[in-house]
Amino acid sequence: MCTAVRTITDSTAQDEPGPTARARGDASSWVETERWEVAGIRRESPDVVTLDLAPPRPFEFLPGQFNMLYAPGIGEVPISISGDPVDHGHVLHTIRDVGPVTRALCALRQGERVGVRGPYGTSWPVAGAEGGDLVIVAGGIGLPPLRPALYQALGRRDSYGRIVLLYGARTPADLLFADELSAWRARFDLHVSVTVDAADLDWRGNVGVVPDLLRRAPFDPGAATAFVVGPEIMIRFTVRALLAAGVTDDRVYLSTERNMQCAVAMCGHCQLGPYLVCRDGPVFSHRQVGRWLGIREA
Amino acid sequence: MPQTLEPLLRDHAFFAGLEPGYLALIVGCAANEVYPADAFLFREGEPAQTFYLIREGKVALEVAAPGRGALVVQTLGEGDVVGFSWLIAPHRWEFDGRAVEPVRALRMDGTCLRAKFDDDPRLGYELMRRFAGLTVNRLQATRLQLLDVYGRAHDH
Repeated sequence: MCTAVRTITDSTAQDEPGPTARARGDASSWVETERWEVAGIRRESPDVVTLDLAPPRPFEFLPGQFNMLYAPGIGEVPISISGDPVDHGHVLHTIRDVGPVTRALCALRQGERVGVRGPYGTSWPVAGAEGGDLVIVAGGIGLPPLRPALYQALGRRDSYGRIVLLYGARTPADLLFADELSAWRARFDLHVSVTVDAADLDWRGNVGVVPDLLRRAPFDPGAATAFVVGPEIMIRFTVRALLAAGVTDDRVYLSTERNMQCAVAMCGHCQLGPYLVCRDGPVFSHRQVGRWLGIREA
Repeated sequence: MPQTLEPLLRDHAFFAGLEPGYLALIVGCAANEVYPADAFLFREGEPAQTFYLIREGKVALEVAAPGRGALVVQTLGEGDVVGFSWLIAPHRWEFDGRAVEPVRALRMDGTCLRAKFDDDPRLGYELMRRFAGLTVNRLQATRLQLLDVYGRAHDH
């Protein structure tokens, strides 16, 4: 019999300024896998699917946390939770098909079941960013881990100055959450800029890299907190642009995607300098981990 | 509507902090222009004697590829500078420049500017320094674009 999936009831955890909020119980405690039903499926792009999973009981998580999803007989992968933190009955995971496990997860059908354990990891300091501008920068499959933070910030919209979402993808066909992007762009209290690396003439938006969007984004660097997720190269260039604009490195947060396998600080595969990403991350401040990014792996 | 284009030059990011005397000197090389959506500011292969300071709207740099139609290389918007080809021989545009949406821009006459630079090398150095910074930034962005960072990195 499995133990209960960890839930978060201590709402004060997310009020801390840094990415220290963590699921109840630390990452070193093992949680048995439960079988959750696939309640819905949405294809986001040719190789990305969002699974709407129905937990056996109300499930709570903090923006930025992840679950370990298990495809029976194939393997287990860490997947960020991409839905709204206040929806405890629909737990969304947006998955890109990049290998055997994710391919099996993307092929699940409504009514089938998938193994879930979690939530794990540190969270975005959404509450800690209140009072200033919030700049959310996503690249590729980096948007799903940031969406819960955006939901949470928009839920307390009056607590922030400007909220800016900058999003880059490979091509227009790779843009995720297209309907929602349109809705966000229509809001007067949210600045949204999207860019792609390559496009044909049907695309009327930006072509270029995400850091270039920062130059035109309306925010006050001296009063801004930034959350960044994407491929690590994109993160490094984006962080440089943020720092050059005047955002201090203790206000720049990023979520790293290292090789997490156990999620409970046992296997050591996700080591980043002195940190284990599954235990100490995935959300870090740049001040914490900046020096460890960009080091060549042996 | 301003009497001269000097305030518009001063407000553009490219000329930020430039000595007022220099602005007065180069304002005669500027023209205020408006382009409707889908209008071409310039076409690949044509003589390039100008560059553009975008005040509003978006310009796409495009290149025609056989069998693939036209591809957008980069888009540039408010506060950006479009056009380096006027600086370097043979002074021909390398790409098409098309207004993706209505564009307001200051068109700068490169021939006029080069003459000013010859007369006042300090001005020439200052503006060339700014162009060098833009070129490096543009090159770095292009390198990042070429890396295809959103390609598949993991296999699980």
